[in-house]
Amino acid sequence: MLCRTADDLYWVSRHMERAENTARLIDVTTRIAMLPERLDRGKAEAAPWRRALDALGAVETCQKRYGGIDADSVLDHLLLSPDNPSSIYSCLRAAREAARAQRVAITSEMYEDLNTSWLEMRGLGAASIGREGLSNILERVKSRSASFRGVTIGTLGRGEGYHFMQLGVFIERAEWAIRLLDVVGSDGDLPETGEARDTIEYFQWSALLQSLSAFETYRRLHRQSVTPAGVAEVMLLHDANPRSLQTCTHSLHQVLSTLAGDKTLEVVRQAGALSAHTRYARIDEIIADGLEPWLQNAMERLDRLGNAIHRQFMTAADATETRPQIKAPFRPPSQLQFQAQTPA
Amino acid sequence: MTQRFDEMHDDAGAPRPHYRVFDEWLRNTSGPVIQNKRHEAEIAFHRVGITFSVYGEESGNERLIPFDMVPRIVPAAEWRMLEAGLRQRVHALNLFLGDVYGEQRILHDGRVPADLVLNNAEFRREMCDLRVPGGVYSHISGIDLVRAGNGEYYVLEDNLRVPSGVSYMLENRRMMARLIPELFARQQIAPVERYPDALLSTLREAAPEGIDDPVVAVLTPGSANSAYFEHAFLAQQMGVELVEGADLFVRDDTVYARTTRGPQRVHVIYRRINDDYLDPTVFRAESMLGVPGLFGAYRAGRVTLANAPGTGVGDDKSVYPYVPEMIRFYLSEEPILHNVPTWQLRKEDDLRYVLDHLSELVVKEVHGAGGYGMLVGPASTKAEIEEFRQRILAHPSNYIAQPTLSLSTCPTFVESGLAPRHIDLRPYVLSGKRIQAMPGGLTRVALREGSLVVNSSQGGGTKDTWVLES
Repeated sequence: MLCRTADDLYWVSRHMERAENTARLIDVTTRIAMLPERLDRGKAEAAPWRRALDALGAVETCQKRYGGIDADSVLDHLLLSPDNPSSIYSCLRAAREAARAQRVAITSEMYEDLNTSWLEMRGLGAASIGREGLSNILERVKSRSASFRGVTIGTLGRGEGYHFMQLGVFIERAEWAIRLLDVVGSDGDLPETGEARDTIEYFQWSALLQSLSAFETYRRLHRQSVTPAGVAEVMLLHDANPRSLQTCTHSLHQVLSTLAGDKTLEVVRQAGALSAHTRYARIDEIIADGLEPWLQNAMERLDRLGNAIHRQFMTAADATETRPQIKAPFRPPSQLQFQAQTPA
Repeated sequence: MTQRFDEMHDDAGAPRPHYRVFDEWLRNTSGPVIQNKRHEAEIAFHRVGITFSVYGEESGNERLIPFDMVPRIVPAAEWRMLEAGLRQRVHALNLFLGDVYGEQRILHDGRVPADLVLNNAEFRREMCDLRVPGGVYSHISGIDLVRAGNGEYYVLEDNLRVPSGVSYMLENRRMMARLIPELFARQQIAPVERYPDALLSTLREAAPEGIDDPVVAVLTPGSANSAYFEHAFLAQQMGVELVEGADLFVRDDTVYARTTRGPQRVHVIYRRINDDYLDPTVFRAESMLGVPGLFGAYRAGRVTLANAPGTGVGDDKSVYPYVPEMIRFYLSEEPILHNVPTWQLRKEDDLRYVLDHLSELVVKEVHGAGGYGMLVGPASTKAEIEEFRQRILAHPSNYIAQPTLSLSTCPTFVESGLAPRHIDLRPYVLSGKRIQAMPGGLTRVALREGSLVVNSSQGGGTKDTWVLES
């Protein structure tokens, strides 16, 4: 398979996954911003929106472009803006464009599905948010992504192309497991203790689980109430959660092993090491040693793995130049507030 | 000029014998059923994505080339004549190209003016004294034919560079077989489906000497190109890679594709980009579409380009009047297919005549293509004619002129029902170890009433072309 084809297919699925996760990010942020007034910390309601941007490292860009940060500007930036290469709008456009360039390598159903997504997205504007309701639009984005995933699994032959699309999905999703944790975990405005703290915390962490469609999974795994450490465990270490860091790194390792065949490749070693790292970790140990540096380290390793995939498969030996990677900058997670607490 | 030839009906309005089966079907099928089928065709074409983008329009505007359900039907005997004529013509053109890039006998003999060839913008000095595999320069040729009022076929122009449209020949056939399968059961229609296979064989036969199992690739300028669909379609049908310039690199005069498993050698490139963009180190330096070093690898005989660079000197409109002479010179045969009588404005007498008769003639730029840069005298206003006159006077040798042929018509579905519209025909000729003309081709139709311009960029549509086997 041509390097360019592999690269395009990888980014088709990566962009679709990014669009879906951005919708989930907006979803959790909207939920958190809806906290009842009596629990409002007396701050501008923009705080959750600012944290959402912060997790993407986009505060400055947004501030500069819109002159301020509020629900409207963040929504525009994340959902509609053609100028933000990682907005849902741009992701769907990029996915469709790359698919158009690779129509020979994918099925016509896949292209038609992406085309439908793009045509729907193209018709959206600020006015349609008011008309249709934000949550309906987010549902549609998630549903379009699910449709594409389904049609890919259901129609694309299990050759190299399929594998590269899987890599795109899992590396993107792995990054979001960390990012989404960061959005909730970095709320520095929580009261120290008391009922209010418990209520807010419960509300935020369950909002996160809900936006990840993981609430039921959590309930099955943990009989106890929703706790930060419990949520972190489900999002990072549990292979029962299809969006956990562990599930993603494990899949990355498997797919890369398949692609390598009987060759020994550095990229496979890196993925295997990362998968083992998440597989044998314990949440209480992670928290005791500091969640923040652990997440930071995982993010860096994912980043290196992404580069290694690119180097191994998407640039031929002779190539001197590389194609630019479109990538949202990641701000390292900070101020994560966790109690060292072990779920039962 | 006034006489008009209709493909389906004779002068008395009765269907010609080879159209009888279709005519019967048409009369026995109700309007709504036909309407449904036309609708079905449109939806199917959109789904498959046979669209083309029009230059100058905002990207993302992909339009469908209108498809018309009334086929152009060519009787068996007529096709036998056309086939022989096409093969003869393409054979002579390939010999001509080999000659002008080699010994230049035809120029020394004065049969074709030397300056016309050697000073032609399409003449590639880089191609001189290079032996190409099998002596074939134009592996894929598209010969545009028209039929005038007397029912005679004429060659309107030769396309030896990167002729396009063959995907429509194939998709239109697929569509007709789906819409009206019963008609294919009732008569013997020569199949065209084997074209991709024949193309692949032709390309493989063109491989550099000593390569038994050549790797073939289709080189496209990319998805922004208006014919991208066709490039992708042909690559897919042949089962070969569709590459862009950046996917290839040259090391030690050898061409490699960048693949996920490392560099892979490529032996034959069916290139769908123009000469100018092939190799920035030889042709246009600013080209981002080509591959640095590609021409060096070609000259070293390590890769074959199809078509060869420099074929443009064979299909240039200023060289066109000499094709019959080439046939006599190289093959010692009389041309089977006629040229349209042509005035060469580089000649003083011709120029004078043409300037006096602009309102009756069609004037074309010698290097123009796609229906751009031409004057159709009878369809132009006085002001347009005067403006064109000034352009001619500035560079007379840039132009040729031809009588305005009344192209034959074929019934076509338009808003008001069936109405005659002008058509032309582009059959495709493949030259490998042998020369073969695909029995069929692309019939283009000018959808505007009275219009003679069939180009898709100017509102033309297409029809399926049926060659009857008996």
